[in-house]
Amino acid sequence: MSAVTSTTQSITLTIDDKAISCRSGETILQVARENNIDIPTLCYLEGLTVWGGCRLCMVEIAASPKLHAACATECTEGMTVRTTSPRLKQYRKMIVEMLFAERNHVCSVCVSNGHCELQNMATKLEIDHVRFPYRFPRMEVDNSHDYMRLDQNRCILCARCVRVCGEIEGAHTKDVKGRGVLSAIIHDLDEPWGDSQTCTGCGKCVNVCPTGALTHRGTAVGEMTKKTEFLPYLTLMREVKL
Amino acid sequence: MKPEELLAMADKTSSDLDRYEHRIHVCTESGCISVQSDVLLKNIGEEVKRRNNQDKVCVKGVGCMGLCCNGPLVRVDDVMYQFVKPEHAGVIVESLSAQPIQELLCDTGQPFFARQKLVVRDNSGRVDPESLVDCVAHGAYQALLKVLTTMTPQQVIQEISDSGLRGRGGAGFPTGLKWSMVAKTGGRDKYLICNGDEGDPGAFMDRSVMEGDPHRVLEGMAIAAYAVGAENGVIYVRAEYPLAVKRLTKAINMARRHELLGPNIFGTNFNFNIELRLGAGAFVCGEETALIASVEGKRGVPRPRPPYPANYGLFGCPTLINNVETYANVAPIINKGAAWFAQIGTEKSKGTKIFALTGKIRNTGLIEVPMGIPLRDIIYDIAGGIPDGKAFKAVQTGGPSGGCIPAELLDITVDYESLAKAGSIMGSGGMIVMDETSNMADVARFFMEFCMTESCGKCIPCRVGTYEMHELLDRICEKRGTPEDLQLLKDLCDMVKQTSLCGLGQSAPNPVLSTLRYFEQEYQNLIAEAQAARGQVTQAITGEHIELEVLP
Repeated sequence: MSAVTSTTQSITLTIDDKAISCRSGETILQVARENNIDIPTLCYLEGLTVWGGCRLCMVEIAASPKLHAACATECTEGMTVRTTSPRLKQYRKMIVEMLFAERNHVCSVCVSNGHCELQNMATKLEIDHVRFPYRFPRMEVDNSHDYMRLDQNRCILCARCVRVCGEIEGAHTKDVKGRGVLSAIIHDLDEPWGDSQTCTGCGKCVNVCPTGALTHRGTAVGEMTKKTEFLPYLTLMREVKL
Repeated sequence: MKPEELLAMADKTSSDLDRYEHRIHVCTESGCISVQSDVLLKNIGEEVKRRNNQDKVCVKGVGCMGLCCNGPLVRVDDVMYQFVKPEHAGVIVESLSAQPIQELLCDTGQPFFARQKLVVRDNSGRVDPESLVDCVAHGAYQALLKVLTTMTPQQVIQEISDSGLRGRGGAGFPTGLKWSMVAKTGGRDKYLICNGDEGDPGAFMDRSVMEGDPHRVLEGMAIAAYAVGAENGVIYVRAEYPLAVKRLTKAINMARRHELLGPNIFGTNFNFNIELRLGAGAFVCGEETALIASVEGKRGVPRPRPPYPANYGLFGCPTLINNVETYANVAPIINKGAAWFAQIGTEKSKGTKIFALTGKIRNTGLIEVPMGIPLRDIIYDIAGGIPDGKAFKAVQTGGPSGGCIPAELLDITVDYESLAKAGSIMGSGGMIVMDETSNMADVARFFMEFCMTESCGKCIPCRVGTYEMHELLDRICEKRGTPEDLQLLKDLCDMVKQTSLCGLGQSAPNPVLSTLRYFEQEYQNLIAEAQAARGQVTQAITGEHIELEVLP
């Protein structure tokens, strides 16, 4: 979404009491990460368009009563950002707890156990139990593809797969159906993955998926590791071409 | 159409109308049609024809006259009839040369009519929404003519700013400021959008404006387009409003045929076209960025703002997006002047507002009242109070984004600021009245269920938060709740409000928060009952005496 401006200006701002300079057009999240300040995210992935759905990267900006999503807010001159506070910690914890309550995340039988961004986030945010009523929905597992699998039980609807499929691979096989908690990832017009005429089988969706929802078949518990390095590389190559 | 052609059309039609001895206006909006006003209109037409009176009696279908609960409404010259059935057609035509029919008479002097101030709905109930010439005879497109021939875009924006008009979609953003933001943006392509995706439960103001006076909306859009420099407009209306869609389509086609839309309007170099887009029934598509995504043919989900639509809107172009009622306010402001408009209402909220009155109230229907009117006057004067001798408990304003206002705050005035102070919002104008039999936790659960099913699912706080809040409210209402549930509910309200992506999520906790603010005791009582029931069960099982000290 951030428009490429021909005249790039230098901006100075403060993040967590640290004076930082950056280029105009950069988001708070980008600048924070460049300066080794950690802001938790689940839906954001460098190289894909900003989604703004997980709301874990909410930060406080001085003189603003509202919270702002760091991934979608551009830095402005003199801005004072606070990336963590008791309130933000509490909200982040609740968000991740809600993800666990929403679908059936059972780490002990998950192929991504030990390599899961959701699991790591729970550890990082020191979650020890879930206060919300569990939904325990009945979810489908799509086993129709020859070498990939979609397990809706483990999906957090971050839409990384939807974005990588449309924006990078250009296939737009994946999309979202339904509303609210009934939303789900689909292929084409809600067909089995294996029957999809548009899927190129590139496997990018599997590698950007933060959890064990999209996996390679033939992996057992804890064996599924993801490789996301291709994305910054592809983005860089595109910029070089420009 | 040339300017003189418009004036000639207005003059000719007016004098044609003046030649009639009697006028019979039958409401043909969704509410009255549901009780066969369309059949009634046809019958009256046939009765008039049978008596060979069609040169003396003008029979036409018109827009809403407000008192929907007493429909179908028929206005015959100066008297109004209510509860008219199709078989009354004969007696009505008969009565033209005799005394009015006493048993059907509706008192137009009652506060419901007398206390209203009609600006937007001025022509509703007077014009035939399906006839362009009839609308022109009642002043349609005069403001557009004035703007195109005598005013610059800057002057139009100044006039709107001076009038103090604020967005009628709910948030109340100053309209003039919004227009000037879009006007200032560069670039050739700009878009104009009319938001007709009215989705609040119990709200039907925009539907009535679109069904009753569609040309008013088109004219307001054309003026706005001239002011901001846009050539393409889109009306986004929900497909669940088939009559509004039909009338808007007809209005757009007729305006095009008479060159009131299209290239070189009134012989000037101003071009403007309007296209109709139907929403597939998603509440979230009333949110501007979701609406834009939907018009673009994408999944209707909101995106983070900024960039705002004024800079980056439809197809990436600067876009002006206003509500139906906002556009419908434009023509009267241009015709009668900003000063005239600014004298109606309060210091910060100018003009009038249409409300849809529903719930436990005598007069259900549509009203248009000046801003700043005390809430008590609306409930007891205009709406006629609570039926069956029950006591007033609360009024819910602003739909699922709003809140409940209790009896002790009945004396607040109805404007953007004081409603916000009371923990509710102006919203688009729904007012649901509740009497003493209503359970407020149940009311909160109803609205939360609505938000849960309408959440688009993009952001986690709204998607899962509304589900969890509904689950907790369900427990409390079904007398299964605990004090911990109530605390968790409060925490969730705060989190969802603070972290959600769009207005739907940010305001979803409002019905819970406002009922907790004024009626927390009801929640406490339900929880206490649950505790007591649990205590009894345990006692029965163990046979021991249990201390009920958990009770508050």
